[in-house]
Order: sequence, then structure tokens, then C-alpha cells
Amino acid sequence: MGAPKIVSDASFADDVLMSDKPVIVDFWAEWCGPCKMIAPILEEIASENDGIVIAKLNVDENPQTAASYGITSIPTMNVYSGGQVVKTIIGAKPKAALLADLAEYL
Amino acid sequence: MSDVKNVIIIGSGPAGYTAAVYAARAQLDPVIFEGSVTAGGALMNTTEVENYPGFADGIMGPQLMEEMRKQAERFGAQLITDDVTAVDLTGDIKVVTDGSGNTHQARSVILAMGSGYRELGLENEKRLSGHGVSWCATCDGFFFREQAIAVVGGGDTAAEEATFLTRFASKVYLIHRRDELRASKVMAERVLNNEKIEPVWNSQVVDVLGEDKVSGIVIEDTITGDRRELPVTGLFIAIGHDPRSELLTGQIDTDDDGYVLVDAPSTRTNQTGVFACGDLVDHVYRQAITAAGTGCSAALDAERFLADQDG
Repeated sequence: MGAPKIVSDASFADDVLMSDKPVIVDFWAEWCGPCKMIAPILEEIASENDGIVIAKLNVDENPQTAASYGITSIPTMNVYSGGQVVKTIIGAKPKAALLADLAEYL
Repeated sequence: MSDVKNVIIIGSGPAGYTAAVYAARAQLDPVIFEGSVTAGGALMNTTEVENYPGFADGIMGPQLMEEMRKQAERFGAQLITDDVTAVDLTGDIKVVTDGSGNTHQARSVILAMGSGYRELGLENEKRLSGHGVSWCATCDGFFFREQAIAVVGGGDTAAEEATFLTRFASKVYLIHRRDELRASKVMAERVLNNEKIEPVWNSQVVDVLGEDKVSGIVIEDTITGDRRELPVTGLFIAIGHDPRSELLTGQIDTDDDGYVLVDAPSTRTNQTGVFACGDLVDHVYRQAITAAGTGCSAALDAERFLADQDG
């Protein structure tokens, strides 16, 4: 439900790690072409699913969080549940493939 | 009563969008399948495009594609951000199936699917993909600040990526099978004059090392067969492309490498009403401007084909 939530180094613990619902964090940056491709797909998934929070973290502005999760390629989408990474999806994918990857959390 | 379009364009690089601009201006009401995550094509992963005529100061690849997209849209092309998963191009009415399973019909089809990155074919390359192995320097270079990394390849893409990566990396090894670059002169000179880039000639990557992320690569000298390790944290692969012609197997004639064969200088394929353009066809020039040029030709060929049919 609604648009993706913008998260930062400062808000990551509260918004993601302490979230009641599972959170998909899209690690992205302005200069990343494939990130732009995946953004509208994630927005659609966000608007169609209530059970999960979709969050976006700009790695350029928030390098600490990206580094602490060992992100070396974007887009990377990590699913966090109970403060832990439970799934990592790397690279842009078609919506159907992304939905299949995320099925157990939606 | 089904809705049969005049022309469906598959692919959205410079070839696909240019075909869409021309077909739309010819009032053919084209439908273009842009691809769900590949829209914009190969230029989406590049930085500055310096050799596209009309942009004296250069233009960013994604920006150029956005402009082409808008231009196609302005003339009424119908843009669909979905993949094509199947085609039947053999009949008078062509059938295209999209990623959601819907079918679309058209009297003609323009194929402009371009090409995809070629992989080294190493087991550990796949395993460490996204964990230090990358096909997109502009996306991932940022994560390798002050680190030693390697680029493999010898063409324009490899040269551009190696140069770009010196913005971040402390050192860039450029690994190439031959003893000189295949890249254009200006790109090659930029590489050879860059202090941060160390060319490693006559060498190929035979293994990628690391548990959870890349810690090094093994390279083999193509002349002596000697192997050695290079301690790098990133490996950027730019060894070329393969045409995205899998969907066409059994319907459209290709050469042994999968490039679609056309009746040059036209863009006609072996199937009546099916035209092909861009990197799907061209393994020689492979430039944004040549792709755009053949995209234009394909739209004009389709327009004439439709006019003759109606004749």
C-alpha cells in the first residue's frame, strides 16, 4: 500500500530493522541505469501488497548502510525480517521474476 | 474481432526507438515492446556518449535514450514496458506474446532486441556475480573506492569501463587476450595514458577467487600458459555481446553466432513482413548511430511493405 518509503543511514534501524512487517530495501543510486528500470516495478509491487514494506536507500547519500551489508552491485534488493536479511536479490529483473523471488514475503 | 496492428517493434535501444519514431510519423500507430528491465537497451549502462552526432558536448547514455523515447511517444507510438516471451512470425498475421501472457497481432514486426553481455563461462563467475563480479561499471564502480580491480576485455566497452573505474579504484588491471586493444584509437589512448590502468596483455581470466565476495582472480598467459593470481576485489567483464535472438530460433534465419540475417541493404529477414535492425543484426559496427540508422531503414521497409500490401 502506498509509495516506497525513503530510508537513510540514520533511519535504517527504526524503519527497517525494527519494522513489524518484512521490508524490501532497494539499494539504488541516481547514476545506475538498471536501478531506474526497476523503480517503477517496485512501486507497483508496493501499491499492490499490504504485507510488506518497500523501502529505497540511496547508496550515494547513505554509504554506511550499503557498506555494512556488503553491497557491491546495484540494484540489490534485500528483504529484512526481524532485523535480519532473509533474502538478497541482485540485479534488475522483470516483474514476474521479482514477484516469484518475493512470493513468500508478499 | 481482434485488433491487428500495422507494426510491432520489439526492443528499445536506438534501433527500436528510431523505428518507432519513423513508424509513428508515418501514422502506422506502432506498438513498441521496450522490455521490462531492459528498456533503453545497452546505452542505459553507459556514461557519456561522445560520438552521437548532434550532441557537441556529449550526452549521458540514459539521457539520450530518454530523449529518443519521448520523441517516439510524441508522435503517438504506443510504448509497452514489458518483455516479449514468444513470437510466431511465420504467418501473414504475426503473433507476439508478452510477459503477462497476452497475445498481440500485427501485419509486420520489426526486430530490435539488440545484444546481451557475454559471460566468461566460469562457475565462480556466476556464483560471485553481484559480489564483486559485475557487468556494469557505471552501476557498481562506486563500491570499489581505493581498491584494486580488474576489467577483462579489449574493445570500446572495456576501455571505457577501465577509464571510468579509475574515478574510484586505486588501480585497474585491464586484462586482454591479445597484445593490443581492439578499442577505437581515442579510447585506447585514454587507457594507455592513464597511470591507474595497468594493461595485462596476452592473458585470460581462468578463475575467480573468493568465498562470499571476490578476493582475486587467476589469469593465464595465452602464450606461455603460465598462471598467476591477481589480488583484486572486483572483476568487470566486458568481453563482448551476443545477439538476443533466442526467441527467433526456427523462424528467422541467423548466422552461426545468432545474428539475424537480412537482405542488405534492406532490413528484410527471410520471413515476409519481418524486419530486423540494430545490434541484433550488426556485429561489425555496433554503434548507437548505426543502430538508429538501421532502425530508420526497418521502419521505412515496413511502411513500404504495408503500402504494397494495401496497394
